[in-house]
Amino acid sequence: MRMDVSLVSDKVQSSARAAPVVDARGVSLKFQTDDGEIEALANVNLAVAAGEFVSFIGPSGCGKTTLLRVIADLEQPTDGTLMVNGVPPHEARLKRQYGYVFQAPALYPWRTVERNVTLPLEVMGVAKDERRRRAREQLELVNLAGFARKFPWQLSGGMQQRVSIARALSFDPALLLMDEPFGALDEIVRDHLNEQLLRLWDKTGKTVLFVTHSLPEAVFLSTRIVVMSPRPGRVVDVISCEFPRDRTLEIRETPEFLKIAQRVRAGLRAGYSDVE
Amino acid sequence: MLSSAIRAPPHAGLWRHPLIQRHAPVVVVVLALIAIWYVATVLANASLVRDAFEREETKYSTLDLIARTLDAERPLVVAPHQMLAAFADSVFGYPITSPRSLAYHGWVTLSATAVGFVIGALFGIMLAVLIVHQRALEKSLLPWIICSQMVPILAVAPIVIVVLGALGMQGLLPKSIISAYLCFFPVTIGMVKGLTSPDPIQRDLMRTWSATAAQVLWKLRWPSSVPFLFASLKVAVTISLIGAIVGELPTGAQAGIGARLLAGSYYGQTVQIWAALFTAALLAVFLISVIGVAERLVLRQMGAKP
Amino acid sequence: MTARAQPARSRSVALLAFGLIAVVVGCIVTLFWLREPAVEGAAGIGFWALTLALWFVAAVVVTRLAAFEPRGRVWRRLQDLAIPLLFGAFVLYLWEVAVRGFGAPPVLMPSPSATAARFAGSLPVLAEDFVQTFIRGVLPGCAIGCGAGFLVAVSAHRFTFLGRGLLPLGNFASALPIVGIAPIMVMWFGFDWPSKAAVVAVVTFFPMLVNTLAGLAAPGAIERDLMRSYGATPAQTLIKLSLPAAMPYIFNALKINSTLALIGAIVAEFFGTPTRGIGFRISIEVARMSLDMVWAEIALAALAGMAFYGAIALAERAVTFWHPSYRG
Repeated sequence: MRMDVSLVSDKVQSSARAAPVVDARGVSLKFQTDDGEIEALANVNLAVAAGEFVSFIGPSGCGKTTLLRVIADLEQPTDGTLMVNGVPPHEARLKRQYGYVFQAPALYPWRTVERNVTLPLEVMGVAKDERRRRAREQLELVNLAGFARKFPWQLSGGMQQRVSIARALSFDPALLLMDEPFGALDEIVRDHLNEQLLRLWDKTGKTVLFVTHSLPEAVFLSTRIVVMSPRPGRVVDVISCEFPRDRTLEIRETPEFLKIAQRVRAGLRAGYSDVE
Repeated sequence: MLSSAIRAPPHAGLWRHPLIQRHAPVVVVVLALIAIWYVATVLANASLVRDAFEREETKYSTLDLIARTLDAERPLVVAPHQMLAAFADSVFGYPITSPRSLAYHGWVTLSATAVGFVIGALFGIMLAVLIVHQRALEKSLLPWIICSQMVPILAVAPIVIVVLGALGMQGLLPKSIISAYLCFFPVTIGMVKGLTSPDPIQRDLMRTWSATAAQVLWKLRWPSSVPFLFASLKVAVTISLIGAIVGELPTGAQAGIGARLLAGSYYGQTVQIWAALFTAALLAVFLISVIGVAERLVLRQMGAKP
Repeated sequence: MTARAQPARSRSVALLAFGLIAVVVGCIVTLFWLREPAVEGAAGIGFWALTLALWFVAAVVVTRLAAFEPRGRVWRRLQDLAIPLLFGAFVLYLWEVAVRGFGAPPVLMPSPSATAARFAGSLPVLAEDFVQTFIRGVLPGCAIGCGAGFLVAVSAHRFTFLGRGLLPLGNFASALPIVGIAPIMVMWFGFDWPSKAAVVAVVTFFPMLVNTLAGLAAPGAIERDLMRSYGATPAQTLIKLSLPAAMPYIFNALKINSTLALIGAIVAEFFGTPTRGIGFRISIEVARMSLDMVWAEIALAALAGMAFYGAIALAERAVTFWHPSYRG
């Protein structure tokens, strides 16, 4: 269900309540360690509409990765309710409704690039011809069309991460979960990939949840930015961005951009002062 | 990692105690294996015992059958308690110098193993140091040492025993030579790996201080090679033990674990064989623990994490 | 390289070549000299002086060759092969000269040439022994032991409790002198090859178990989470992720087992066997003091071991071509 993102923020909220892709209410997560109980997430409320690009930003250990993993059913919350596409995360996982991109490409070195992209399709039982077709399609989308027969170690870090994105999109999930996917790459490659990701999102209309450390990245890519506090992870602020969809990196020098960046920074600082 | 921690219920209880968590699986598996052993004993010896009963023409119940399978004279499979009883009897029932005492035989094999191990390990370490410093040795000798890993060098044992025997050397020395010869290969390879393990960054640093080769060896290479050394020592000591046992076979030696195995095999004394094997296992465990203890002491001296 | 270094380099190459040729010629000369009945068994000072000089020159040649830095990959590979081969060849030469020059009794120490002659002359016997020990003992035993170790490891990987219990036991058992069970196997399976195969099976079981378990646990958390996010069944995760990732470890175990299996079969034959087999032949011929036959059998065992190991290494290269160790 595509939403025209040029709508104002409060309209986005109301339409989110209508049919949210992710609906989190009071999600909390506590776990036991040798040093006692740790509260990773505390009472997180969030509604994400279809077609949004939501970034999660916060200091290390603030729970943003944990939140992503909870949505992906890779962790279970100890409290609260969470619905992904109207069903519990466990079901959403079994129905293959999201694609996950990790910090590391995590490609299998014994498979060619093409066969790495078809891996989830093999698991899901898609027919061979269909698999190849989809793989070729996705590789074109991430501009790696000629590399289908190469092996991962023959590609650079940025290219490997693009393959990882193609793999996450190969089975056409409505939701894309990305955990600091460009964190290990240098800034120039990162800028390049940010632009590519933006085009991709524009073209495919997916809903993207994006965890990042980088303030400019979050502001550049997102329709909404969720600022989280240090542990226990709480939502400190939710900031809407309404940049035009065909934006380029030059936008990072405009005053509007800087204003939003300042707001995010203020939110991050506010989160810290809660602790101190 | 996080997931498993979360799924633990808050009221964990005794089962989650780390000591139990660590040892429970091994204990359970060991108990299960012993149970399977007993069952196997009964099943394997059943027909033997049944024939024996029929020959003696006595009536027997199932319970009698089971009881006798666990205590047969020439069983196919020896029951655990039978083996332990025979072992205890052999070790404690005779004076330590008697050729009927397993302790005596164990001592004979152990001494050959230990002497051979020490010689072989020392020689292997020396050779490794030479190889690391002399390129000619590394290129000419090391490939042969690596090749030796593909080749059953234990097959040379009989020649060594017989030739040395013809030259008048018997008993401890030939066996030690076999053990030394066998264990020097893994020690050399392990030490070469260890001595060349330091980062290029570390070696560059030494160069900026104009350190001599001896200083680099003593201050950098040797400490870095300690984990490799102990790993290969553990392998070497087990090979040494096998070498000593095999060394007792060709000429039909009279003393040692190998000799006991051979004698038991010739005279069909099954329980004797199993008891000798148990002794060999104990020796192996003992030798490895000694090295393990030494390792822990050295590592603690070097400030490694406990 | 400066202009002055160039002639120095070609000079050292020329010197090396000259030294090598000199050594080869010298060795041939001494070997022919040994054929004279006056020299064989009682070589004089002149002979030994020449041999020692040859030894010295050979050592210098090898050392210089090792210090030489050839340009080009092919020459470097050649150097890596040539040096150990030259070294080995010279050791064989020294052995031959020492045995024949000193007149060592052939019952105690046969010369390499005598061993080679005996090898060539006993091919039928050697073939028979090879079939008995290797084809009938090592191969079935290895297949059973490695297969069982693999299957148990896969089950232990699936059921973590079992894995945590078996891994320490597997490590422990690998240290025991398992070849000692040979007499018991003979009691259970008779004197012929089944008992030897049984020993080999038990010996190869534990390294395979330990290494496969380690390999199946090798994939990182990210790879495993990825499989979970695809809703993959445990079987799919095993076949598509854990098994391919475990291949380097499995081949490591197979290489270790190739030698252990051969040793196990031969030592098992030391304990008693029908009238065939490498171990049997060695113990019999040793008792008869015909050591040239013993050395021939050992050469056979060495060849079998290297061929077995080499075959596994080739298969390893084909299957685990992606592993970083091949990209050096």
